[in-house]
Amino acid sequence: MTTRPYAAMRRTLSVVDKLYEVNWGMVLLITIVACIGFAMLYSVAGGNFSPWATTQIIRFLAGFAILVAVSVVDIRTWLSLAYPAYGVSLVLLIGVVIAGHVGKGAERWITLGPLGLQPSELMKISLVLALARFLHGKSVEDISKPANLALALAMIGIPAVFVVLQPNLGTTLIILADGASLLFLAGLSWWWILPALSAVAVAVPTAWQFVLHDYQKRRVLTFLDPASDALGAGWNITQAKIAIGSGGATGKGFLGGTQSKLNFLPEKHTDFIFTNFAEEFGFVGSVALLILFAVIIGYGVQIAGSARSQFGRLLAMGLTLNFFFYIMINASMVMGLIPVVGIPMPLISYGGSAMFSVMFGFGLLMSVHVHRQVEIPRHSGGII
Amino acid sequence: MPLFDRKDKSRYASFTRRSLGMSAGMAAVFAVLGGRLYQLQIRNGNQYMTEAEENRVNQRLLAPPRGRVLDRFGVELANNRRNYRVLLVSEQATEGVEAALDTIGKVIELTDAQKKRVLHDIQMNKKFVPVPVAENLTWEEFARINMHLPYLAGVQPDVGQTRDYPFGVELSPVLGYVASVSPDDKKDADDPLLSLPGFRIGKRGIEKAFDSEVRGTAGASRVEVNAYGRVIRELSRDPGVPGQDIWLTIDKELQTFTAQRMGAESAACVVLDCQTGDVLALASTPGYDPNLFNVGITPDQWKGLITDDHKPLVNKALSGAYPPGSTFKPAMALAAVQNGLKDLHVNCTGAVTLGNHQFHCWKRGGHGGVDLKRGIAQSCDVFFYEVARRLGIDKMEAAARAMGMGATSGIEIPGENSGFIPSAAWKEARFGIPWQMGETLNTGIGQGYVLATPLQLATLAARIASGRAVVPRIAHTVGTIAQPRPLADPLPFTDEAFAAIRDGMNAVCNEGGTASRWRIAEPGMEMAGKTGTAQVRVITKQERSTGVLNDTALPWKMRDHGLFIAFAPVAAPRYALACIVEHGALGHPQVQIAHDVLLFAQKRNPLGMRTAYPTNAALATPPVPLGGHG
Repeated sequence: MTTRPYAAMRRTLSVVDKLYEVNWGMVLLITIVACIGFAMLYSVAGGNFSPWATTQIIRFLAGFAILVAVSVVDIRTWLSLAYPAYGVSLVLLIGVVIAGHVGKGAERWITLGPLGLQPSELMKISLVLALARFLHGKSVEDISKPANLALALAMIGIPAVFVVLQPNLGTTLIILADGASLLFLAGLSWWWILPALSAVAVAVPTAWQFVLHDYQKRRVLTFLDPASDALGAGWNITQAKIAIGSGGATGKGFLGGTQSKLNFLPEKHTDFIFTNFAEEFGFVGSVALLILFAVIIGYGVQIAGSARSQFGRLLAMGLTLNFFFYIMINASMVMGLIPVVGIPMPLISYGGSAMFSVMFGFGLLMSVHVHRQVEIPRHSGGII
Repeated sequence: MPLFDRKDKSRYASFTRRSLGMSAGMAAVFAVLGGRLYQLQIRNGNQYMTEAEENRVNQRLLAPPRGRVLDRFGVELANNRRNYRVLLVSEQATEGVEAALDTIGKVIELTDAQKKRVLHDIQMNKKFVPVPVAENLTWEEFARINMHLPYLAGVQPDVGQTRDYPFGVELSPVLGYVASVSPDDKKDADDPLLSLPGFRIGKRGIEKAFDSEVRGTAGASRVEVNAYGRVIRELSRDPGVPGQDIWLTIDKELQTFTAQRMGAESAACVVLDCQTGDVLALASTPGYDPNLFNVGITPDQWKGLITDDHKPLVNKALSGAYPPGSTFKPAMALAAVQNGLKDLHVNCTGAVTLGNHQFHCWKRGGHGGVDLKRGIAQSCDVFFYEVARRLGIDKMEAAARAMGMGATSGIEIPGENSGFIPSAAWKEARFGIPWQMGETLNTGIGQGYVLATPLQLATLAARIASGRAVVPRIAHTVGTIAQPRPLADPLPFTDEAFAAIRDGMNAVCNEGGTASRWRIAEPGMEMAGKTGTAQVRVITKQERSTGVLNDTALPWKMRDHGLFIAFAPVAAPRYALACIVEHGALGHPQVQIAHDVLLFAQKRNPLGMRTAYPTNAALATPPVPLGGHG
C-alpha cells in the first residue's frame, strides 16, 4: 500500500507514477507461477524446451508486456471501452459458432494473423468489463429491478448460449459463474437469489436432457463411475488420479513423473498439466502451488476492496473470481471431484489464448489497483 | 452530484460484505482441494504409487529354452532352433485385426486357415496379448516383415524358439511331439508359461513324460512401457531356468536302423539291453513327423494320419496289445521245468481231444514224439496243451506275471498298455462262468484272453536271457541327475529252467527250428528266439471247406500277426528283442527284421556296454542353451 497523500492520488498520474503503483509483489507471484508452468512444460516434454516451454515463455513475456501496458491505462478508459469490447467479443463469438457449425463441428478459433484467438476467452474478460460497467451505474435497488436484471441476465446469457453451442461447457460454466458473482456482489436482492438457486436446481436435469451433448453426458456419467469405462472416457480420470496420488508426500522429483512421460495422461501439457506437477512435487508441492494461487487471489480481493469506484471493485472482484473459477474447475476436474470439462490451469497449461486473456485480466486488475483512488460518478460516461 | 451518495455507501457496504463472504467461499474451496490432495497423495498415496508402477512396468514372460533330448551317445534327438515369427497385438492394430492380417498377407503368404486361427486366438486372449500370426518364417520373409513394419500397426516381429526333431519320423514313438497348450492343459496348472501365446508343451512320448523337466521355469523381462504399450526400456531381466536335458538309453543309430528296416510295415520292434533293461530301440511304424505338430499340423495332414489303416499315431510298441501266440510258450516252458515237467514227453498227432472239442496243433500231421526242447524249437501246440493241462491256469498266470506280463512296466513313455493275463478268478468275476480246461489249453499257446505288448514281449525275452527281473527304462539321466539302475533281482525260476528254455530257443534259430532260415551265421553273434503267430480271426470251418485255407487268400486286415522274440548273442546275451508285424505272419518279416537288427546291434556295439552318458562332473556345467526368447 502506498503512503501517498489522497490529494496526489486524485491527480492524474504520470506513466512512471503508475508503474510505481503497480503491485509488483503480486506480479512477482504471477511470474513465479508462470515459471512453474514453464518447468512443467519442460518436464512433460521429457526434459525439452520444445515443443512447449519455449513458446510458452515467449507468450508469457508478451503477456507480461500486455499486463504492464493494460495496468497503466486509466480505468475510465477501460470503462468507456467496456461495451465496445463486449460487442466485438459477442460478434466474434457468434461468428465463430456459426462458422463452426457450417464447418465440421467444435470450432472455437478464429485466426488473426499469426495468432489463434478464442472469442470465448475474450468474452470472459469482456463480460466482466461490461457487467461491471452496467452495474456500476446501478444502485442496489436498481439492480433488483426486473428490467435491469433482465438486461444483465441477457448480457450474461447470450454469450453463454453461444459458448455452450461451440460446445465448450467449461467456459460456459465460468461465464455463468462470473456473471452471477457480479450480480451478487453488486447487491442483488436475496429475494431474487434464492428463487434463482431453486430454478437452477430444476434447470440442471432439464439441461441434462436437452442441452448437453452425448459426449458431455458420457463424461458426467463416467465421472460418477469411472470403472464403467476404464479404458475409454474413465481412463483420463483414473490415470490423473493415479498420477496425483502416486506423487505421495514429496513427489517423484522434477522430471521424475512417469505417468505423463509415458503418455498415460491425456492432454498432459494442457488441461491435465497439474497432475504432472502433483506427481513430481507431491503433496507438499501441490499445496504450495495452491497457496500461491490463494495469495494471488487474496491480492485480487484486496485490490477489489480498496478501489473507490464500484466499477473498479466489481471489475477487480470479477477478474479475481474468473481466475479462481479457472483454478477451481481445473483442479477439481483433474482430482476427480467434478466431471472432466475442458478448462486449462491458468498460467501453467500450455495455450496462447488462455495466457493472453489471463495476463490481460491481471493487467485490468492492476489498472484497478493503480487507479484505486479514482472516483467514477455513477452516471459517468452517459451511456445507460 | 456528490461522489459518494447514501446509495453508494450502502452498496459499498454490501459489496464488502458479499465479497468477504465469497472470499470465505473461495478459501473453503481451496481447503477442499487441499483435502482432496491429502486424500489422494497421503492417505492413498501408496496405492496410487503401486498403480503407477503397474502402469509403467510390464512383465513380459520369457520362455526358457526347452531341454534337449539326447541318445545314449549324446546325439541330439530333440533340440531347439530359431523361429522367426510374426505376432499381432490386437489392441495396437489400429485399422482392425482383419485389415492388419490383409496387410501382413501382402508381405508374407498367409492362408485363410491361418487368418481364421489368428482371429480365433485373438478372441480367446486378452487384447494386449501378442498372438502368433505366422511362425517358422524364412529369413527373407522375416526381413520383409521388418522392412514393412512402419505400415504394420500392432505387428511384432519376434525371434522365438521352436522344437526341432532332426530325425523326424524315426523317433516319433519315443519322443512324441510338442503342440499348443489346450484349455485342458491349463486346468490344473498354474505355470504362467502355459498362457504364453505360441507356447508348446509335450503331448506324447518323452516330451510329455518329462515335460515339466524339459520345460524349465519362465523368466521375466520387466520393461517400462508407455500408455500405448510400447517398450521404452528394459528395467530388469530374469532369464528363467532353462529346461533340463534328458539323456535316453536309446541308441539313435540302432533306432534308425530298426525303423528303416521295418519300412512301410505296420509293425513294432523293441530292443532292450538284457542286463539293464535299457531300451536301445523302440520303433513303431509307420510313424509321423513330430515336426508337423510343432509348426502346426494342417487339417489335411491330420486327417491323413487318423484315417491311415496302419495307424501311424498309435505307438504299437507299447500301446498295442496283441495275443502273443507262440512267443508265450517260453514262459509256459519255464513254469513247466520249475514244476517238475522237465522231462515231459508228448506224442503230437496233430490234435488233442478235450471233451467233445478238438485242439489242433499248427502242424496238421503232428510232430510225433516231442520233448521240451523240440516243443519250443518246433513250437508244438500239442506239447504246450499238455504243459498247460498239467500246470493249471494259476501256475501259468503266476509264471506269465513273473515274466513281466499282464501289467505295465512303468516305462517313462506315457500310453503304455498293461496287456492281459487271465485267471480263473478274473473270469468268474467278469462273466460269472467258471474257468474251463479248454481255456487253459488255449492260454498255454498264447491265445484266448492273453494279450501282450511288444515291450512286454521284449521284457520277456530279456528276462529269459538274463534270468533277472529286468524292467525296461528309457530315461537314463534327467538334467544333472543320473537314474541309477541296480542289477535286477533274480526271477523265481531255477538256473536249470532258464538253461533249458534258452536251449530250446537256441534250437528255434540254430538247430532247425521254426526260425532257422534266418539264423545269424556270424560266429559269436547267434541269436536265440521264438516265433509266434497271433490269430486275428478264426478261419471258420465253412471257409476251410470253401478253400480259404490260409492267410494268403484273405485281405490284409484279416491276416494273422507275425511275432518274434529273441536275444543275442546266445552265449552271453546282451540284446533282447521283440518284433511284431501286423498281419505279417506270412513270410515271417518279423524274424528277418529281428535278424538284421540284432546283427546290426552286435556289430555296432558288441558287448552292449558302450555309452557316452555324461559323468556327474560333466553335468555340473550344463550345455549352453540357445539364446533368444519366445
